Amino acid sequence: MSVVVTLKINDIDVSGQEDETILDVAREHDIYIPTMCHLDGLSSVGACRLCLVEVKGMNRLVTACTVKVAEGMEVYTETERLKKYRRMLVEMLFSEGNHICSVCVVNGRCELQSMAGRVGVQHITLPYYNPLRTLDTTHERFVIDRNRCILCTRCVRVCDEIEGAHTWDLGGRGIESHVVTDLNTFWGDSPTCTGCSKCVHVCPTGALFEKGRSVTEMTKHREFLPYLTMMREKK
Amino acid sequence: MYLPEDELQRIDEEERLLKGQYKHHIHVCLGANCLNAHSAQVLSALETEAKARGLEKVCSVTGGGCRGLCVAGPTVTLEPDNVLYGKVQPNDAGDIIASLGGEPVERLNRPTDNPFFMRQQRIVREMEGRLNPERIEDYIAAGGYKSLLKALNEMTPAEVINEITRSGLRGRGGAGYPTGLKWKTVAKARGEHKYVICNGDEGDPGAFMDRSVMDDFPHRLLEGIIIGAYAVGADRGYLYVRAEYPLSVKRLQLAIRQAQKQNLLGNNIAGTAFNFDLQVRVGAGAYVCGEETALIASIEGKRGQPRPRPPYPAESGLWGYPTLINNVETFANIGAIIRNGSAWYASIGTEKSKGTKVFALTGTVSHSGLIEVPMGTTLREIIFDIGGGIPDGRKFKAAQTGGPGGGCIPEQYLDLSVDFESLASVGSMMGSGGLVIMDDRTCMVNVAKYFLEFCKSESCGKCIPCRVGTAHMFDILDKITKGEATLDDLTLLEELCDTVKHTSLCGLGQSAPNPVLSTLRFFRDEYIAHIVDHVCPAGVCEFEKEAVR
Amino acid sequence: MQTSTLVSAEDKRWRLIRATMRRHGFAANALIETLHTVQEAFGYLDEEALRYVAKELRIPLSRVYGVATFYNHFAMKPQGEHHCVVCLGTACYIRGGSRVLEAIEKAAQVKAGETTPDKKLSLLVARCVGLCWLAPVALFDDEVASEATPEEVAQKVGEWVDHVSS
Ligand SMILES: Cc1cc2nc3c(=O)[nH]c(=O)nc-3n(C[C@H](O)[C@H](O)[C@H](O)COP(=O)(O)O)c2cc1C
Ligand code: SF4
Ligand code: SF4
Ligand code: FES
Ligand code: FES
Repeated sequence: MSVVVTLKINDIDVSGQEDETILDVAREHDIYIPTMCHLDGLSSVGACRLCLVEVKGMNRLVTACTVKVAEGMEVYTETERLKKYRRMLVEMLFSEGNHICSVCVVNGRCELQSMAGRVGVQHITLPYYNPLRTLDTTHERFVIDRNRCILCTRCVRVCDEIEGAHTWDLGGRGIESHVVTDLNTFWGDSPTCTGCSKCVHVCPTGALFEKGRSVTEMTKHREFLPYLTMMREKK
Repeated sequence: MYLPEDELQRIDEEERLLKGQYKHHIHVCLGANCLNAHSAQVLSALETEAKARGLEKVCSVTGGGCRGLCVAGPTVTLEPDNVLYGKVQPNDAGDIIASLGGEPVERLNRPTDNPFFMRQQRIVREMEGRLNPERIEDYIAAGGYKSLLKALNEMTPAEVINEITRSGLRGRGGAGYPTGLKWKTVAKARGEHKYVICNGDEGDPGAFMDRSVMDDFPHRLLEGIIIGAYAVGADRGYLYVRAEYPLSVKRLQLAIRQAQKQNLLGNNIAGTAFNFDLQVRVGAGAYVCGEETALIASIEGKRGQPRPRPPYPAESGLWGYPTLINNVETFANIGAIIRNGSAWYASIGTEKSKGTKVFALTGTVSHSGLIEVPMGTTLREIIFDIGGGIPDGRKFKAAQTGGPGGGCIPEQYLDLSVDFESLASVGSMMGSGGLVIMDDRTCMVNVAKYFLEFCKSESCGKCIPCRVGTAHMFDILDKITKGEATLDDLTLLEELCDTVKHTSLCGLGQSAPNPVLSTLRFFRDEYIAHIVDHVCPAGVCEFEKEAVR
Repeated sequence: MQTSTLVSAEDKRWRLIRATMRRHGFAANALIETLHTVQEAFGYLDEEALRYVAKELRIPLSRVYGVATFYNHFAMKPQGEHHCVVCLGTACYIRGGSRVLEAIEKAAQVKAGETTPDKKLSLLVARCVGLCWLAPVALFDDEVASEATPEEVAQKVGEWVDHVSS
């Protein structure tokens, strides 16, 4: 039994349920807010900061994926300031890893790539880090290429929250953070991985992919997520 | 029936009787710094000496806490003569004992009628140096735990909260959030359990105020926490102490056991229906764990990564239960407010910042150490009167407050009153109380680089702007200090500051640009000198290439 | 990878680790406290111990690894016989702490956060050890070197690390 609230997004009157986030309500009304770490069906962590919006009367920007709507709220999703910040955030992601799209299995289907287009990043002004990162090809069907990982933690969450295996987690911290399987041991040796491929399909980039796919070939399938979530809620 | 008041009364009287037997009391500082300077050996030398002269019935030799004058450690305090000795060595024991009742030993004597002592006002550090931190009896004889009994027996939780609200106390952990308001929110929140957390993570480099409270006045802290738990209706609590403070951990654990024995912690506290269980948790070296949501994750045994707020811990904190989280110094003020009343407390300080603040005064200043002053004291008074000015005939350049997320305040603001609003108005912040004085040999670009290095390596890595942005900011600053940067780099640096400040998830990222912004605001010419003229005005940065002018 | 899963009941170190877990009722939130005990017992976080703790506290291996590598206090590799901690807190930094660090890095040929190959010395960096008026400060095992100069500290570590003089 939810209470209906009315609010404004970009000066348009909209309504939603009290327990919905700004992002939920915006999407129901076809208002686009960029997101990267968020994925329907997984918990929200507010890590990528791309969904930041301005709310009148709040002195800080808030993440649309975590903040609930409230009666009379006035939300702005496309101010000049927000656009500028989003461009900078996407640039940061590109500068942090090694994203050589031309040789990537998801080239043309990558969320980072399309996000760059969407927020208007034409070229990267920040210097590239060109970090030394590892690739693990020991799993019989999948590969993790940490060079293309943007640390969105979707794989960690889907593995823990949906599959219940918790094979993935983050190791290290700050700019040294990286995704690991088990005790940072080879994926192929993992005693916990069930081989369900969920992590591979939720990964927004070409960091996780199926073996045997060549450049631009890999499509990610996520239909299972809303379906599983719905079936579980029914129980 | 067992009456805890009677028990406290009895301990109080016994202590007085015991103390009354002695003509002289010698307190040897057992704070972390003096212990480091071998004060424990001084203590035993004094004991031996007193015994050797058959004076063990005339003078008592006990441990005490820090006097704030840390440069002079180990320190020894004589009562009732109010004599302070500094840099005492074990072989000074003979002279000290011999001089009792007569003239103080000249070569050790440190006058206490100077501004360093006279200009301070002590609430949090009341009785400093005169309480043995390892004895609950000392604290009780000094009126300790009376506030707790008063709160439990004479006040409702709502009345306690009202009293704290009226006192105007604001959180000492940095943000200055009104304590009474926070308590009220937690009191109103519903939950099967409620938690109280005391934040003793104190991670700002150059800050050791909270450590001194935990080391010297563990029972004053416990009393504040227990009163807080009563006020908000909490039944469990944690004291989160950083791993670097083993002495604090030891003393707090001892204090908890002592309080449990006196029925001041545990079930049916002081014979009332109030139950409260308190445990110590030790951090593991992560600055970001001072941030409240990260601290909660750490107590839950996880990576100390912050999460977005709302929901605030007051509604959903530890394991999802309503949680009150306050800083060490905030809790240490509570007992005095309940004892002396909110009107008394509200009469100290400025209009919006009440009470006193403890600072760790360090850097290039003559008397570095711990000081406690009323809010509203000016920087000039703190640095030049209390701190004795800048040594070696150097010139004052800037005062850094607020830790890694704070700012550098230049000379023209020396008459600024130290309170939450004034410091924020010049682009710095109160922070937890680190106050680092810098003289004209300090390069401000290098200082900014230092803090960025800190934030970069302490970033938890969860959100993009802080994880990647601070790394880029550090790199640009590094280039500037090497004379390799261009004016375009400076523009990029300013853009990065803007993005990181406004898009980061938690206070670490949000305030990481402050040292850059504040040094750019007041010392922009130094940046330009590095970039355009390839010189470091303070002569700190070394350039690979010869200066090209 | 070690194969021995035999947790010898005789070994005091395992008993200590077990005692910490028991004290916390084998709850998952005891992880950090338990890792402290592992580090005290072994001097670092031994892989076999991490597996054991994960199993006993029923925590996923990757989470144990994540926690162990998040906190600075935990070492994933065996530490040296001696410790040198250079303070790079604000007060020490502005009084030349970084030059002290450089001198030690050079003299002992080891980087901050690392251990010399002969396992004689681990070099660590701290952010304020609370002795700011003695800045710059370095700690040699538990002994405090105040107002440390690069020459002094280089000589001091030289006494510990013999490969430098040879
Ligand atoms: C990066 C960061 C570090 C912090 N470190 C501390 C700390 O060491 N001690 C502390 O009491 N508060 C610290 N805080 C503030 C806490 O999040 C919290 O606001 C405070 O403990 C609340 O207590 P108070 O209301 O009594 O100030 C920190 C905040 C941030 C963002
Ligand atoms: S591997 Fe993919 S899903 Fe996992 S954190 Fe990296 S980018 Fe995200
Ligand atoms: S601002 Fe920094 S410390 Fe805070 S959540 Fe983001 S990455 Fe972590
Ligand atoms: S989608 Fe909201 S922070 Fe990433
Ligand atoms: S900064 Fe080095 S001891 Fe405080």
